[in-house]
Amino acid sequence: MQGVFGNPLADPGVIGVSSGGAVGAVAVIVSGVRVFGQWTASVAAFVGGLVTVFAVYLMSRSGGRTEVLTLVLTGIAVNALGGALIGILLFLADPVAVNEVAFWQLGSLSQATWPQVVAVLPFAVVGLVVAPRFAGRLDLLALGEGPARHLGVDVERLRLALITLVAVLTAAAVAVSGIIGFVGLAVPHLLRMAAGPGHRFLVPGSALGGGVVLVGADLAARTVAAPAELPLGVLTALLGSPVFFWLLRRSRLARGGWA
Amino acid sequence: MMGRRPEPPIRRPPGALIAEAQAVHLARGGRTVLDCVDLPVRAGSLLALLGPNGAGKSTLLAALSGDLSPNSGRVLLHGRPLHDYRAQDLALQRAMLPQSSPVSFPFSAVEVVRMGRAPWARHATLDEDERAVTEALTATDTHHLADRPYPALSGGERARIALARVLAQQTQLLLLDEPTAALDLRHQELVLRTARTRASAGDAVVMVLHDLSLAAAYADVIALLHQGRILAQGRPEEVLEASTLSAVYGCPVDVFSHPTHGTPMVVPVRERKV
Repeated sequence: MQGVFGNPLADPGVIGVSSGGAVGAVAVIVSGVRVFGQWTASVAAFVGGLVTVFAVYLMSRSGGRTEVLTLVLTGIAVNALGGALIGILLFLADPVAVNEVAFWQLGSLSQATWPQVVAVLPFAVVGLVVAPRFAGRLDLLALGEGPARHLGVDVERLRLALITLVAVLTAAAVAVSGIIGFVGLAVPHLLRMAAGPGHRFLVPGSALGGGVVLVGADLAARTVAAPAELPLGVLTALLGSPVFFWLLRRSRLARGGWA
Repeated sequence: MMGRRPEPPIRRPPGALIAEAQAVHLARGGRTVLDCVDLPVRAGSLLALLGPNGAGKSTLLAALSGDLSPNSGRVLLHGRPLHDYRAQDLALQRAMLPQSSPVSFPFSAVEVVRMGRAPWARHATLDEDERAVTEALTATDTHHLADRPYPALSGGERARIALARVLAQQTQLLLLDEPTAALDLRHQELVLRTARTRASAGDAVVMVLHDLSLAAAYADVIALLHQGRILAQGRPEEVLEASTLSAVYGCPVDVFSHPTHGTPMVVPVRERKV
């Protein structure tokens, strides 16, 4: 994601996947619809996430090109709208549903059962196989859109392909686990600091690193306050941010900044 | 994605027409920026685009690179309209140096230069790639910067690395937008000499410049733009004429001949210091 936008602040949340997914899930939890049985919230989150991303993409497109800044700003506006919609739904909801929503939003793997893993697996496999093929072109995108185009990258097509890919992957992930913040932002940064900015390593590395961090965090979440389970999303952000601050300062000093 | 085979780059002999703007009209934000511009670009020739700020120099370069499409008229490359090319084929025919070259992540300088070889992925061997990168570093005097992170370089160092990336692309058509803007005297001359060498070796080089004397010393052809039109184009001594320049720039200038080799030198008319 950071590669697509040429911006170290980007993560999947920026284009609205997470908040769109959340609106979808919250809507069905609150309204009590159970069309797909226990899967309803997941399906709604998946659909909500995808619909939101494409809405953001279409709105920020003009004259056959997408400006990155417009895209990001549209995403921010959509995130705000998503937050408001969730607020309204919570306001209308009964206390039990509010509780359920709160926990879903905090994110957790506790709801991830094997059938759900199997359901998400195809998306994850396709994503992991396809994503590294874009690595070379992502590197070129770091030069900016114009130079990348001069070097033969069809920027608009690349961006559409990658946003679709990320949307499907994230929507699938959000669907089973809720929003687990910070991993998508922090893991690529940690790896970039450790191994340099080339995407050939960064893309598969981030997938693996993200998984490792997540499993570790989940383990901690389940054991620290056992028998209770801390919400995983809280834990990743709580422990992740100080580490991230420290690394950020250190690498700024060592490398002389981002841009 | 892999539908059509990549087209191998074409090289034409010196003097041959590489690219051409034909009656190009281009408007941006409702304002006419280029008005009926005709410009031939020939192999083996260094063409300097001159003119005051806002005359349309960079826009003309963007039209030649395919970044902007003309509202009417057309831009041809090897006789074919630009929009007929796929991005990856175009990348083997022309390279473009933008006015500024930010890089979003801390790639090292040599990694940035290597990115210039990306279009050659299916045409050149790794050895050829490395040779092109080394030559580009030598031409821009940047070997000592190779392993530094690009974002930590100074403005002038970045400009030279960005130029090295463009040189490593090894296209016959080079479009350079103010390649000397951030450079000190020595590196200005280095860049112009490099461009001169490429032109003499058969490349077609088009560059936007602000320093009129620099253009006069190195360019084969000068095109003088004013308010979106080409006012004059030809050899430096034909185009750089005191009354025209004074009118175009809104500033009286003197044109002298260099005492030893006679190339025109342009200096604003200044009063003597008291």
